[in-house]
Amino acid sequence: MTGTDQLANPALYRRRARRNRLAVALAYAATAFGVGWIAVILAVLLYKGIGGLSLAVFTEMTPPPGAAGGLLNAIAGSAVMTLLAVLIGTPVGVLAGTYLSEFGKHDRVSAIVRFVNDILLSAPSVVVGLFVYEIMVAPMGHFSGYAGAVALAVIVIPVVVRTTEDMLNLVPDTMREAAASIGLPRSHMIVHIAYRAARAGIVTGILLAVARVSGETAPLLFTALNNQFWSMNMNGPMPSLPVVIFQFALSPFAEWQKLAWTGALIITVTVLGLSVLARSLTHRR
Amino acid sequence: MSASVQNVQIQLDAPVPAGEAPEILEEKISIRNLEFFYGDSRALKKIDLPLYSRKVTAFIGPSGCGKSTLLRVLNRMYDLYPGQRATGEVMLDGENLLSPSVDINLLRARVGMVFQKPTPFPMSIYENVAFGIRLYEDLPKNEIDARVESALRRAALWDEVKDKLGAAGQALSGGQQQRLCIARTVAVRPEVILFDEPCSALDPISTAKIEELIDELKRDYTIVIVTHNMQQAARVSDFTTFMYLGEVVEFGPTGTMFTAPTDRRTQDYITGRFG
Repeated sequence: MTGTDQLANPALYRRRARRNRLAVALAYAATAFGVGWIAVILAVLLYKGIGGLSLAVFTEMTPPPGAAGGLLNAIAGSAVMTLLAVLIGTPVGVLAGTYLSEFGKHDRVSAIVRFVNDILLSAPSVVVGLFVYEIMVAPMGHFSGYAGAVALAVIVIPVVVRTTEDMLNLVPDTMREAAASIGLPRSHMIVHIAYRAARAGIVTGILLAVARVSGETAPLLFTALNNQFWSMNMNGPMPSLPVVIFQFALSPFAEWQKLAWTGALIITVTVLGLSVLARSLTHRR
Repeated sequence: MSASVQNVQIQLDAPVPAGEAPEILEEKISIRNLEFFYGDSRALKKIDLPLYSRKVTAFIGPSGCGKSTLLRVLNRMYDLYPGQRATGEVMLDGENLLSPSVDINLLRARVGMVFQKPTPFPMSIYENVAFGIRLYEDLPKNEIDARVESALRRAALWDEVKDKLGAAGQALSGGQQQRLCIARTVAVRPEVILFDEPCSALDPISTAKIEELIDELKRDYTIVIVTHNMQQAARVSDFTTFMYLGEVVEFGPTGTMFTAPTDRRTQDYITGRFG
């Protein structure tokens, strides 16, 4: 028999076992609560959005009220602005993260930059939108895809700075010393050793930044605005998926609302896909 | 085709007879009045020490005695960290390597280092070795291949990896990784190789291999090894330095140090009374 009888104080043991079971149950409950909401959101999205999913969504422009149409111009606009935002934000973010981790790890400037970056990381995106409105849209006199991309870049940068710094910090100092021990200059060490060791993590950060901005509405509302038609002119107003969803979802037209649900489903699946990809990248090494 | 230069065996390679130093000893590195500081705290106090060419010198002593610190002065590894500084002189072939005018990267190419934990770069076995060569020499592919092979042979790793040179260096076993790091160091053609507890993360068989290797390498290089393992110091070194509280307590031929140390503290340490 392996009962509790042989124990010096079986009551104490049982009390502890009970407490353990309670804590485990609470942990499960909290997890279920969190995951449950995600499941509900996904289920609703699928239920409302999947019906509208058709080839036309990806081949036709956003329709006027009462007509049938698709989301092609919005998807293309989102893609172009996100791409430009990443092209602007990635070099800035990676370089800043590199400075924080490799050069100024302990100096005052870094401490300040790190702090400001953390603020930027959690800054409400509507503020970012207003800021870019002030510095770009107002002086230029019109909304534009460029302004939209810059607003998104402002959101991309802190994410990339943070992940780059974190990932470089994970590269052990012994690796840096080993590189130095064969006479590798620091810049070589960073490019050939540290970046290589942290590559998956840095790419993950960029993917997460893309995921983050692909659902942003507020910064685009003030900058790129929207466009009912196909437009690749980045110097003029540009459509984007989130803004179209915002506009269509609030409209009284059934077709628009249906398209909004479908658009929401597309964004969610894209973000989910990016996150899964980011995950698998960090786990593969 | 490994055409590694095998220097002519001279008398020097015979074990040093106990009690008397051989006459033809060439000082590769002379440490004079060296002091080292971590911020304000003095970790090394007035160190004077010769390191002889084509000899293995072991630094032993209890944890925190400064032996790793001393080793890291020899290639100025401490320069990577702010707040660490050294004063005094460390003459390498007559040139003070502590001088600010010394090109630190060239210094480290001359004074290589192998670490406690194997640290292969995140690249293939071949690239791990070729990387350092390309840094200093612009060679055609076939010559690099030859250099890589010769370095891997010197590190007694060639036979185990010759069929998988493209595999990741980090996929090797710990002992193999350590030998890869030795190959990487040797490939740059240093004059001095520093070993910082190179076997403390390895099993006994890998340890034996590394020790054998050190014995091989001393024909061509000046070798300094920090070790916690007294038997290892006795096995691989020609000279032993016993350090305690940031000072060199005793320095001498290994045979003498282990059989007839002059200082009481050395005696206590090697007989296991403290440390």
